[in-house]
Order: sequence, then structure tokens, then C-alpha cells
Amino acid sequence: MKSAVPIATVILAILAAWYVAAALMNAPLQRDLYANAGRTDYSTQDLIVDSLNMERPKLPGPHQVVGELWRLVFATAPTSKRSLVYHGLITLEETLIGFLIGAGLGIGLAVLIVAVRWLERSLMPWIVASQMVPIIALAPMIVVILYQFDITGVAPKAAIAAYLSFFPITVGMVKGFRSPDPLQLDLMRTYSATPLQTFLKLRAPASAPFFFASMKIGAAAAVVGAVVAEVTKSEDGGLGARLLAGSYYGQTVQIWAALFAAAALSAALVGIIGLIGRAAEQRMGFIP
Amino acid sequence: MNARRLADLMPPLAFGLAWLALWEAGLRLLHVPVIILPPPSVIAMRFTTSIPTLAADFWQTIKGVLVGYAIGCVSGLLVAVLVDRSQFLERGLLPLGNLVSALPIVGIAPIMVMWFGFDWQSKAAVGVLMTFFPMLVNTVVGLWSAGAMERDLMKTYGASYRQTLFALRLPAALPFVFNALKINTTLAMIGAIVAEFFGTPIVGMGFRISTEVGHLGIDMVWATVVVAAVTGSLFYALVAGVERRVTFWHASYRARGA
Amino acid sequence: MGVASTPSPVRDDVGKAPLNEVAIDIIGLSLRFDTRDGPVQALSNINLKVARGEFVSFIGPSGCGKTTLLRAVADLETPTSGAIRVNGMSPHEARAKRAYGYVFQAPALYPWRTVASNIALPLEIMGFDKTEREARVKKGLDLVNLGGFGNKFPWQLSGGMQQRASIARALSFDPDLLLMDEPFGALDEIVRDMLNQQLLTLWEVTGKTVLFVTHSIPEAVFLSTHILVMSPRPGRIFDVIECNFPRDRQLEFRETPEFMAIANRVRHGLRQGHSYDG
Repeated sequence: MKSAVPIATVILAILAAWYVAAALMNAPLQRDLYANAGRTDYSTQDLIVDSLNMERPKLPGPHQVVGELWRLVFATAPTSKRSLVYHGLITLEETLIGFLIGAGLGIGLAVLIVAVRWLERSLMPWIVASQMVPIIALAPMIVVILYQFDITGVAPKAAIAAYLSFFPITVGMVKGFRSPDPLQLDLMRTYSATPLQTFLKLRAPASAPFFFASMKIGAAAAVVGAVVAEVTKSEDGGLGARLLAGSYYGQTVQIWAALFAAAALSAALVGIIGLIGRAAEQRMGFIP
Repeated sequence: MNARRLADLMPPLAFGLAWLALWEAGLRLLHVPVIILPPPSVIAMRFTTSIPTLAADFWQTIKGVLVGYAIGCVSGLLVAVLVDRSQFLERGLLPLGNLVSALPIVGIAPIMVMWFGFDWQSKAAVGVLMTFFPMLVNTVVGLWSAGAMERDLMKTYGASYRQTLFALRLPAALPFVFNALKINTTLAMIGAIVAEFFGTPIVGMGFRISTEVGHLGIDMVWATVVVAAVTGSLFYALVAGVERRVTFWHASYRARGA
Repeated sequence: MGVASTPSPVRDDVGKAPLNEVAIDIIGLSLRFDTRDGPVQALSNINLKVARGEFVSFIGPSGCGKTTLLRAVADLETPTSGAIRVNGMSPHEARAKRAYGYVFQAPALYPWRTVASNIALPLEIMGFDKTEREARVKKGLDLVNLGGFGNKFPWQLSGGMQQRASIARALSFDPDLLLMDEPFGALDEIVRDMLNQQLLTLWEVTGKTVLFVTHSIPEAVFLSTHILVMSPRPGRIFDVIECNFPRDRQLEFRETPEFMAIANRVRHGLRQGHSYDG
């Protein structure tokens, strides 16, 4: 709670700075608009107010972004191709499917790596090295390849989302499954526990904090994957498609609205996982 | 030491080579069309015949990557040190920094292209935004990682804030700073390449990928991806090498039997 | 045993008291912590005078306030009431004037600095020049028998050696007063014995005033001129025992009847003041 005031202060400061920046950046364009309309009798106040309400501003004011968000979410029918709800749901679907596949793959791979020792020494370096590759460079290619196989629509985007989310989950879960103290592992050995028993009774519960941490990273990565994949093939809609459309047609406010929607989606997913994680960790005694 | 490192490299190298061989053989045996997935030999061939293009693309993209990385990391570090003075500011900025790292900042790319134009500057701008927050958060956490006993020691010397900052808290923060520096190499590259999807003069790795995908020139796409992968790995390895020299004293290095 | 016999030049901004004066004067000191489970009276009405050159040990069970008392003298904790004067100054002024060296339970050496560089740390902070620093570091290393280890890093040294380095560090700027908080607690008995002997000799040679917190009865009895037995809840001084043991005593002294008599008195005091209800 003691963070509430500082956070609020910082947010207010950011909003204030945003307004100032918007007025400053849009003023030259606004002056041109005045000149084209042959208007010379504007006051500084007029300039500021009009700069903050332009149709194609360089930097939209916060109220413009909020207004556009409101319009596209609540004032537009969810079935319309203009609605952010419509596109948001498309992105959400791709993200969730991709994330679930990625999580499954990631956890599965982590279990394999921990269980089979030679697999770790040959596979792990590649998995770590792959983090250094801008995987996003592969996105367009994967989408196109899948199109050749007539896999269209949600599936290719979900595939990219899965691809982006599964690496951080693998690395995180391997760390988690390896996190028990050697003393605790020795204890299991004195019970002659089978590897499966050791896994279910020790490694899996011990990995809970790592699980939730990597789920959060994976969810955020899945959103990025879905959005970037949509940019590549925008015919099927989604928030990434709206980003691209806005940038084609110079609709600045639309870009910002789509971006905020994507950010809200990501924040909501990460937030929900965080809440579930906190509750689970408290019940398991990881947090006092 | 060298023999051991060589032995460490064997399993992954063997695995990788085996995978390449399988890929080559499998694709040829199944007669998979080249436009879907080319075998490694085709990619290698494409690579050797396109070096000028690939070099020009590399140069264009790397400008954005390096400038964005440098500005983002330095400003993240400076802001963290400035914010360190005020607990109020820290309590306000840290949660926001954590929030921002959960967001698809990459989406800021079209806006940056609009503001800074098609050339590498907009790619650098995306890089700055993507690398700033991890650096800020990691540096702040790192500055606070110095132990209570070590800080009390400075108090008993009557040391000033500045003396404590430079003699204790900044060195103690270095492992965290390098953690961010390593993560940021990937983020800067992703930022630059994705930003090129949104607009670029007719050169650049991201540009090459998106246009060749449109022409179904998948072998060229893979060749570009190889360049990107090697660049990313070298960048990361460079930073990791510096980290090893500078933070040789950290427990994680000693554990390997120094 | 490398021991310097000529005193090194003294900086005059390091707070010192004139000879035979009271080094530490504590009057009616009380300290209360407000914790989540309610207020804890860490110290209650402590009265104490320590003369220059004495070696005073504080011994007692956990929670008796001995570390808190030491930290209050060092200006690392603030009293709730009462007064402390260190060399005639308030603890805050004494700290600003670098009147004391503090040795913690753990060596707290900075891992990115060599041993020599660690010993030089307070000298850098206090603005000694390079030649002066090098001279003092060499003297410090010799004083604790670590000559030749200056270029090593802390993690290359054993626990005992690290703690000796931290003592050298505390002495490098030549403070009058040495505050030590269970410095040998984490070490094994053989090393501990050795360091006790070295510390005693060091004290006899340098004539510092030492406040020493410990859990160990033999350690307290062997090293001190005065032993303060403390008891918990609230933290207070239960007994003050004066020891007039011969100088130049060695570890074998611990088997003599005079030693045993004092040790029993300490033990008796601890039992009486101790409560076992957790």
C-alpha cells in the first residue's frame, strides 16, 4: 500500500509530460493546418487545444487515445471489423492456444532434459543459444510455410506464439526442477524413491515459483508472437493487423489504441497468472 | 582447461551436426519442395552467392541495433542511479518498470517509424525503448543488493553517499547490470528487425526477410536468419566475455571450481 | 610474531581522548524496538564507564542486547532514552570523526577487492594519500600475520584468515577504540584459540580500548579486563566482573584456578540471569 502514492505520483507526472510533449510536437502541424485554412487570428490557447485534438497528430493526447479505445471497444459492435473487441479476441485466441501449446512443450522438454542426462549436455546449449537468435525473424517464414500447407487463420499465429513462449518456459522449468537442495534429493534416495516419485513429490512442488515466473514470461512472449505474426499476414485480423493498418493509412490514434489494447491484453494475462501464482505459493508456504 | 572446454563443446556440436545431416537427408528423401523448407546445402549455396546483399542488410540493421542498445543501456543505468537517491521515486518507478517489461513494446515500432522516418534511426529508437526498462529494473535491484553488514561498515567509516555508491553499491550491482546487458542484446536485435517490418529503405535484415517471404524465396530468408543468429550469438558472447573479466569475483564463477 | 614497535603518525581529525580519561560513558541508556509482535525492550537503563585501554567483554544469551549495545555505541542504532559519550563526543560525532573500528561477525570483505585493497578501503574513504595507505596496509598485514597475502582475493583465504584481514582493516586508520561483535564465532576451536592469543597480544602492544561481544565464557575470561554479564528481557547488566590477570598470559592460563574461579562466576551469573521460556 505504501507504494500507492509514489506510483500514482509517477503516473500523474508521466501523463503531464505526455500532454506537454503532445502539444509541443503537434503544434507545428497545427500551425500548417491553420495556414492552409487561411486562419491567422488564433491565440496560444487555441493552438494548444487544437494541437491536442488533431485528427492525424504526431503524438495523440492521452484523452484522444482513451477516447478512441472507448469508441472502438464499447461504442462499436463487437462483430464489426473496426471493433477492438473483435480483433482483441482474435489475438487472444491465438495467444491462448499458442501459450498452452508452448507451455506444454516447454514443461515436457524440461522434464525430458532433467530425466535424461545426455540430452541435457547436447540439447541445453542449443536451447540457450537459441535465446540469442531473434526468433521473431522466423515469424514471417513460418506463417508463409504453413500457408503453403493450407494452414491459415488462427493456427499459424498460434504456432508463432507457441514458438516464442516455449523457450523461456523450458529454461525456467529446468531451473525449477533442479532447484531442490542436494540434501533433499539425498533424502529421497535414502527412501529408495523411484525417479517418478522423486519427481512428483519433490521436484514438481519445488518448481512452483519457477513455474509461475516462467508462465508470466511465456504469456507475454506469446502475445508478442501473436501480434508480430499478425503483422506478417494481416488479412485475418487481430491487434497486430490493426497496428499495420493504422501505420499504412497514417491513422496515428488508431495505432495507439491498438497498441494500448495489446498492452492491456498482455498485462491482464500476466496479472491473472500473477494472482493465481501468489495464491498458490502462499498455500504452499513459499510466501509467508 | 582447454581440453575440458573442448570436451564440453562435443555433445552439442555432435547433436547439431546430426540434426543438420538428418534435415538434409530427410528433405531430399521426401522430395520436399524447396519453397517450403530448403535443405542446408541449398541454404549454404544461397549464402555464398548473396554475400553483398547480406552484408548490406547486416550493416543497415546493425546500426539501429548498436545505437539503440548503447543509448538504452546507458540511460537505464543513469536513471537508476538518479532514482536511487529517492525511495519515493523508486517505489513509484519500479512497479511500472516491471509492468512495462510484460508489455509488447515491440508494437511501438510503427509509431517510431512515423516519428523518426524509415531509416535506421527509428530502429534505434525501438531498441532504446526495449532495452531501457530491463536495465533500469536490474540496476535498481543491483544497487540494493549490497549486504546490510557491508553497508554498516561504510557507515562506521563515516562515508558519504557518493563514497558508498562508488566503493560498494555500484560494484555490487555489476552482476545485475550485466544480466540486463545480456538480455538487452537479444531485445535490441528483435526491436530493430521487427521495426523493419513496418518500414525501411530497401535494405536491412527485417526488410529482406519480409520481402523474400513475399517472393517465396525461402532459401534467402534462411540465409538472412543465419546471419541474424550468428550476429546475435556473437553480440551475446562478447558481452558475456566482458562480464567474465569484470565480475570475476562473483560467486557464480567461483562455483565452477576456481 | 610480526609486531610494530614504533607508533605511526596519527591524523589529528581522528577523534581521540586524552590519556586516563573515560573512553566510553553510558548513562541510563534504554532502547526499544517496535516490532510486528509488539515493542521489545532491547536495553533497559544501562550505566557503564569504560576507561581508556580496558578490554571489556559483553556476554549473555541471545536477546540480552549485547549486540544492540555495541551498535548503539557505534551510532548504528538510536537510543530511545539516555546518553552515550564516546571520547567525550556523541556517537554520531564519534562516527563522523572515525573514532572507532568495527569488526562484524562475518569478515564482510568486498570480494572485488584484494585483501590489501580491502584493508585500504577505510583509508581511501578517509582521504589518506597513496604512500601513507601503502605503508599502513603493509603494517596491518604484518600485524595479523597475513604478510604476503595482500594480493589474494578474500574468497581465496580461509575463514580465519579473512577475519584477521577484517581486523587489520579495522585497525588500519589507527582508531583508539575497537568494537568487535562476536568476531570469532564462525570459526573452529583451534583457529579461535589462535586468534584469541593473537588478539590479546595485539591489544597489549597497541593499548586500544576494546568492546568485545561474545557467546563464549572462556573467550571472555581469557581476553578481558572487565566482563559484563547481561541478561535478557529487558536487556540489562546483571554483573560486572573485574579481572586482574597477568599480562603476557598464554592459552595455558585457562587451566589455572584463578581463571576457573572467574569463569564459574560468569557461568553462575549467566544461569541466574537466563530464562528458559523461549
